Amino acid sequence: MHMADALVSPAVAATMYVCAGAATAYSIRKVRMEDDAKKIPVMGVMGAFVFAAQMINFTIPGTGSSGHLCGGLLLSAVLGPYAGFLAMIGVLLIQCLLFADGGLLALGCNVWNMAFYGCFIGSLLLWKPMMRNGASKKKIVLASIAGCMLTLQIGAFSVTLETLASGVTALPFTVFAAAMQPIHLAIGFVEGLITAAVLCFVYEARPELLWGIGGTACSSKEKTARLSLSKTLGILVILTAAVGGILSLFASAFPDGLEWSLERITGSAELEAAGSAYDTAAAIQETTALLPDYAFKGSDSLAGTSFSGIAGAVIVIAFCMVCCRLFQFFKGKHRKFNE
Amino acid sequence: MSKLNNTLHNIRTIDEMARRSKRINRLHPLVKLCVTVFYMILVVSFDRYHLIGLMGMMIYPYLLFELGEISLKDALCRLHVVLPVVCMVGLLNPVFDTEPVGRLGGITITSGMLSMCTLMLKGILTVLSAYLLIATTTIEEICYALRLLRLPKLFVTQVLLIYRYISVLLSEADHMMNAYLLRAPNQKGVHFKAWGSLAGQLLLRSMDRADELYQSMCLRGYRGEFYYGSGQKMSGIDFAYLIIWICVLFIFRRFPVFELIGSFFVS
Repeated sequence: MHMADALVSPAVAATMYVCAGAATAYSIRKVRMEDDAKKIPVMGVMGAFVFAAQMINFTIPGTGSSGHLCGGLLLSAVLGPYAGFLAMIGVLLIQCLLFADGGLLALGCNVWNMAFYGCFIGSLLLWKPMMRNGASKKKIVLASIAGCMLTLQIGAFSVTLETLASGVTALPFTVFAAAMQPIHLAIGFVEGLITAAVLCFVYEARPELLWGIGGTACSSKEKTARLSLSKTLGILVILTAAVGGILSLFASAFPDGLEWSLERITGSAELEAAGSAYDTAAAIQETTALLPDYAFKGSDSLAGTSFSGIAGAVIVIAFCMVCCRLFQFFKGKHRKFNE
Repeated sequence: MSKLNNTLHNIRTIDEMARRSKRINRLHPLVKLCVTVFYMILVVSFDRYHLIGLMGMMIYPYLLFELGEISLKDALCRLHVVLPVVCMVGLLNPVFDTEPVGRLGGITITSGMLSMCTLMLKGILTVLSAYLLIATTTIEEICYALRLLRLPKLFVTQVLLIYRYISVLLSEADHMMNAYLLRAPNQKGVHFKAWGSLAGQLLLRSMDRADELYQSMCLRGYRGEFYYGSGQKMSGIDFAYLIIWICVLFIFRRFPVFELIGSFFVS
């Protein structure tokens, strides 16, 4: 579910960075308030554990395929939602830098879609209320499966909204959502099973490692404010709708940060219209007709209008190649001279 | 080579590449980070039909691959992670967006085809630029740059710790998997009966290791401060690199440079 940089526009990326940044700042404040110096190394090692454990293929019986565990919920169940969220961001950052899994610009989206939902929604709204009166294997399995399925569904829905708001695809909303949601329901179920298996093992071996069990982490005030499953689901639906609504609002109001600032600075009215296909086609023709005299004579084809651009690209690349070769040649000569 | 081993190998290769003493590696990490992010913003800011304009942005990865003597082959291998996702979103564009915009040879080019190619090129360029950053800058240096950008110490420290312990835990997970596979030959992946115990054991070992790590950090005088990098100062070359790239990339984003150069030769 990692989003690539190509799937987000600068406006959506910036919006999601702000959202993820706010959640990160709040989590850092909460972790600092715990004042536990040991927490940082534990977060680091647990982040590395999730990274390593996600490389292990768990065979799904009867299918021939495999799945991996759900990092967000697992980290929250061990470290708590705030420290788990921060560790998950670290994992996502390293995944995007080292393995191109996700993107640097899309990191805000990925943090929101995977870490935020997994750690906050999954643990605070499902794990914690379910474990408040003590844990059992049955409860852990239920919380893990429900948590993974729910958070993956919201995450996949957010991916759909963010991609559509970025305007990079012509896919209609219904088609995109229909492609994303069912597959993530299945993935969520499998990830939930794997996460449940691991957490049940930990519960049997070292139950003190699990977070929020038996009311240890909550006050009596919090106990009175316990949420039922129906209320929890209601809140989730409202939250998802609100996030979706805000995102689409941003996408329609601010088409492109760079072009907006260019227009403010230069007063240029050459911004491409983001509207119907006709307007877009007209914009392309306008762009390619910047040098009509230099196109093929009498040609109104795309090959004719864009030939000068392609020729320019070839010339620039050839020029760069020559410069690079010259640079390396003189560098080699200089090295030989010094030897 | 197993998946775990392969990952370990990739991490070590990238780390070795980032520690070379090439000119580009010695540039200030903050400058490289800023140029990379600026480049990515410009790439994704292109309209979905602006393919020719986007081609101009190929100049940055091309020059850096050449001058930094970085293998393009290794970088292209990373595309297998990103391209399927991008393709999934982009491949249906020609089906839903069928407005014809021109003809190339005997083939009618539709706006959907253009947007599909633009999306794929955006995916390739952003992945290549991220690879260039990590191939010329160590994680410690990136963390140092993040600290210079005033990101909280707690966050940066745990990113660094995750990175340092990934190799340790990957190799531990690899040992466990080897032991498991030797006892369960001809089996692909982990059987569902061992799901909990295998990953759970790794988790318990990780927690014990975290405890040992904390004890050893305290013994070495850890008081919440961590070593992030060389602490190098920005030089004139760093400033020049930053300003030149920002200007060049801005010009390529704003003006149809390729078309202008091509026009001199085509007319």
